[in-house]
Amino acid sequence: MKEIQLAHGGGGEEMNELIAGIFKALDNEILREANDAAILGNLALSTDSFTLSPIFLDEEVNIGKLCVCGSINDVLMVGAKPEFLSLAFIIEEGFKTQKLEKILASIYKECQKAGVKVVCGDTKVVPKGKADELYINTTALGTITQKVQTKDIKAGLSVLLSGDIGRHGAAVLVQRNELEAEVKSDCKSLKDEVLSLFEAHIKPLAMRDATRGGLSAVLNEWARQSGFDILVFEEKIAVKDEVAGVCELFGFEPYELANEGTFVLCVEKKDEQKALEILRTFNPNANIIGEILSEKKGRVILENAFGAKRFLEAPKGELLPRIC
Amino acid sequence: MNFIDEYRDKNTILAFKKLIEKELKKPVNIMEICGGHTHSIMKFALPSILPKEINFVHGPGCPVCVMPRTRIDMAIKLASMPSSIFCTLGDLLRVPGSTISLLELRAKGGDVRALYSPLEVLKIAEQNPEKTIIFFAIGFETTTPMSALLLEKVIEKGLKNVFFHINHITVPAPIHAIMNDENVKIDAFLGPSHVSVITGYELYKPIAEKYHTPIAVSGFEPVDIMQSVLNIVRQENAGTYEVYNQYSRAVSAKGNEKAQELVKRYFTSCDFEFRGLGMIADSGLKLKDEFASYDAEKVFDCSVQSKNESKACICGSILRGIAKPYDCKVFGKACTPKTPVGSCMVSGEGACAAYYKYSKVN
Repeated sequence: MKEIQLAHGGGGEEMNELIAGIFKALDNEILREANDAAILGNLALSTDSFTLSPIFLDEEVNIGKLCVCGSINDVLMVGAKPEFLSLAFIIEEGFKTQKLEKILASIYKECQKAGVKVVCGDTKVVPKGKADELYINTTALGTITQKVQTKDIKAGLSVLLSGDIGRHGAAVLVQRNELEAEVKSDCKSLKDEVLSLFEAHIKPLAMRDATRGGLSAVLNEWARQSGFDILVFEEKIAVKDEVAGVCELFGFEPYELANEGTFVLCVEKKDEQKALEILRTFNPNANIIGEILSEKKGRVILENAFGAKRFLEAPKGELLPRIC
Repeated sequence: MNFIDEYRDKNTILAFKKLIEKELKKPVNIMEICGGHTHSIMKFALPSILPKEINFVHGPGCPVCVMPRTRIDMAIKLASMPSSIFCTLGDLLRVPGSTISLLELRAKGGDVRALYSPLEVLKIAEQNPEKTIIFFAIGFETTTPMSALLLEKVIEKGLKNVFFHINHITVPAPIHAIMNDENVKIDAFLGPSHVSVITGYELYKPIAEKYHTPIAVSGFEPVDIMQSVLNIVRQENAGTYEVYNQYSRAVSAKGNEKAQELVKRYFTSCDFEFRGLGMIADSGLKLKDEFASYDAEKVFDCSVQSKNESKACICGSILRGIAKPYDCKVFGKACTPKTPVGSCMVSGEGACAAYYKYSKVN
C-alpha cells in the first residue's frame, strides 16, 4: 500500500492526483466545479487548514493572520463577500498561552478589518510531539455578489496578476533557514481589491489566489480544467529582487513559491486596462501577464524577454533545495 | 544592478545571438558538464533561439544522476536503522533505490531530513544526543569543502553521534572517461563555474590540451551561456583550445585555496563507480583513515544487494553525451518525474527532468 507523502499536500500535481483519485469517493457536482469555494445558491463556503513553521513570520504575519486571510480570500475568489468564519484549533501540549493570545489578537484584528465575524469554533489539545505547535482549521461563509467560476474561462481572455509573486514562500524559507534577507510575506485579505473591481463593474471570469504551488499551479489548473493553452510573458511577471535571490540560492522558481495576498484573474480584453488601473492602486506591480489562447492542449507557455518559449509546468513533488 | 537582471538582459542576449549566427561556420557539439547548465539552457529555451548547428549535449555533472543504485540502497539501509536521523542535501531523496526511495522511507516513518546546509547537522546532533546522525555527503568539488567543514566542527565540538557516508566526486576524471570513449563526439565543453570557484579554471587545462577541445568556464545565466557559446564558436573557427574564463567575476586561476586545503586535510582520493559510466579511477573522495571513526561505511554494516538498473533506461548513454533524453524509449511515458525509471528524470539537475519540464513547446 502506498503512503501519503509531503508532496501530496504541496498544491501541485500530486495533490491533484490525490483529489482526482482517492477523494473521488466523495464526488458530486459541486466539488466537480473545482472553484476555490463551493457555490451554494447565493452562498459561498470554503474550508482550509493552516500550518506554518515558524508560526510567527514577522511582527505582522503569523498563523493567525494567515488563517483569516487565506480563508476569506478563497470565498472572495468566487465573487462572494465573506461574512462568517469558524475556527478550530489543534494545539500541542506545552504551547505557550502568551503566543496563543498574540495569534488570537491577529485573528481579531484581521476579522475586524474584513468585517468578518467568528461564529463558532473548537479546541483540541494533543500530547507533546503529536503536532507541530499549532494547527488551525477555518471555514468561511459569504454571500455571492457576482458569481465567478473557473468554468467560464474561454479563449481570448486577458490574464492579470494582482502583484509581485513568491513573497510568502520566500519569507518562510528565509525564516526557516535563518537567512539574512529582508523578505516580507504578501499575506493580506484581498477584499478591497476584489470589491473595487466589482464596484467598477468589471466582471472577472475566473479568479484564484496563488497560494501553495504558486502562480504556476493556478495557471496549470486553469489550463487543465478549461483545456485551453495559456500564454504568459515572463517580463510582465514581477518578482522582487530579494525573492529572486532566495530562488537562486535554493534553485527554486518564483512561479512555484506560495503567495498569500496575490491573485490571478481573467477578464474580457475590453476590461483589462480598467482592471489593471484598479489593481495597481493596491500594488504597483500588478500587470496583464498573458492571455487564454484558442488552442486546446491545456498547456501553460512562458515566453521570455528574448522571445524564446518554454512550458511552465505544474509544480511536482516537494520543493527540495538543489545540491550544488 | 541586482546581479541577476543584467545577466538576463534581452538586448545583450540578442546581440550575442546575432554574433553567433554570423560567426558560426560549422556544427559544434558542446557538452555542458554540469546539470545546472542543462537546466539553464532548457529553462531559458536557448536552443530555440540559437542556430541548430549548436548542439548542446548533456554531461555527467549531476551528482544525483551519477549515483549508482548501490549507494542509494546503502543510504536506505542507514536511514532504516532504528535510532538514526538521516540527513542529506536536495533531491537525492526522490531517487528510487532497489525497493523504495528515501522519501518513501520517510513516509513510512523513517527520520529522513533534507538539509539546506550541511552545518544544520550540528544542531540536529546536539538536540538528539541519543540518536545516530548519518550525513550522506554528496556532490562535486562545490560541496566537498562544506562536508570537510562539518567534520572539522564535529571534531571541535566533540560530537560522537555524527557519521559521514561520503559520496563526493570530482569533475575531471569522468570527463577523461567520456573523452576516451570512441563513440563520444564532443567538440567543446561548458565548464561549471561554481565548481571552478573552488578549484580554479586551471583544473581544465589538461583536458583542453589533451583532447584539443575548447572549454568555457561559464556562469549559469543566459548571458553567461551565450557569451561562452560565442567564445567556443570563435575558438572552433581559430582552431584553438584554450580554457576561457567567462565567469571571471568569481573564478580565478587557482580557485579557493583555503577550501582546497580544508578538503585535503580530511579527504583522500579513491575510485568511484559512476552510474552509467562504471568504475572510474581516482574519481571520488573518501575520508582519510585517521577519521575512520566518523566513516559510516566503516562503523556500520553497509552491505546491500542491489537490483540492476532497468534495461529500458538509457541514462548511461545520456550521461556520456551519446544519446539525448528524447532517444530513450521510456522518456515521458513510463519514465516521468513522478514515476522515474532513472535518476536523470528525478534530479533537479538531471537532463531528462530538464527536457521533460521545459522543452516540449516547439
